[in-house]
Amino acid sequence: MAFDTIRSNKSAQIVLGLLIGIAFGFLLQKGGVTEYAVIIGQLLLTDFTVVKVMLAAILVGMVGIYAMKAAGLVRLHSKGGSVGATVIGGLIFGAGFAVLGYCPGTAAGAIGSGALDAVVGVLGIVIGAGIFARLFPYLDRVILNRGAFPADTIPELLGVRPALVVGIVAVLIVGVLAMLAMLGL
Amino acid sequence: MFTWLAMATWSPYIVGAGIGVLVWVAFLVSDRPLGASTAYAKTAGMVESALSRKKAAAMPYYRKFTPTVDWQWMIVVGIVIGAFLSAWISGTFSVFIVPPLFAGAFSADPLLRIVVALIGGVLMGIGARWAGGCTSGHGISGTLQLSVASWVAVVCFFAGGIFVAGLMFGFPFFSGV
Repeated sequence: MAFDTIRSNKSAQIVLGLLIGIAFGFLLQKGGVTEYAVIIGQLLLTDFTVVKVMLAAILVGMVGIYAMKAAGLVRLHSKGGSVGATVIGGLIFGAGFAVLGYCPGTAAGAIGSGALDAVVGVLGIVIGAGIFARLFPYLDRVILNRGAFPADTIPELLGVRPALVVGIVAVLIVGVLAMLAMLGL
Repeated sequence: MFTWLAMATWSPYIVGAGIGVLVWVAFLVSDRPLGASTAYAKTAGMVESALSRKKAAAMPYYRKFTPTVDWQWMIVVGIVIGAFLSAWISGTFSVFIVPPLFAGAFSADPLLRIVVALIGGVLMGIGARWAGGCTSGHGISGTLQLSVASWVAVVCFFAGGIFVAGLMFGFPFFSGV
């Protein structure tokens, strides 16, 4: 595969992580999604900035990643999941999302824009991650593997060609974005 | 160019498209999906390591997510710097503890916001690691790979978030229409 030299160079990867992070933080802040009011506005369904940013990112990212995968340039990093891990963890995350008003990425961005409550939030996320790590052996035994999803990706789940799913999802995303614009949201 | 960089906000479509391109770059040059929450697990591991190196090394979770400064950890450091640059260039950088929306709905008392933010952060840290990712790792990087788990996760993030935000602030969308 191309890019093998740079991918296996540890110090280059540290620098690349920093640079990609800087670009990510810059974009999040310019998008306004590092703001408490914008995140809460999304969860109260009065401000659709977060959904617009996410759907545009998914649309552009998906087409590019699947095109590069077809060209043999990248491989997928799709993780499996289960009802016990993904659904329960997702709902706990959602509760935290509303109470904190930032997510792990945008909380870091909020700190950069001067929000000191996000510093406390970041501290809380580290504590939460630490609590999970302590509970992990127990949770892994009793709940995390319950109801494992039958496939990693939607094309595998449906048994159809990835290009077909990419096309359908792209049309759906454009449709949702057009609908939001038409409704003036 | 500079006027554009100095604008306070960009169109959400431009920002989203930019993040999409950033995911291409991450896959190409680093062979990794773009995510934030792993860095927090690594940081928790660093704290555990500082308290007791032997105990941390024996914890199964930190064998999966080694407590080291690496690509994923630098992403979060970069986010802080990048957001600061954006806010500073556009002159919107301002230091505060209580966001105005929170002050208006509940209280301007910094202590209340600090307690609430801490509780929210702890829940989010547990939930992100429980679900195996956050709004970046599942919500953007995973969904764009058409990962089943990531689409389920993002639906649950928003279902939980919309429900709890509604409990806290009322449900303006449903009562307003």
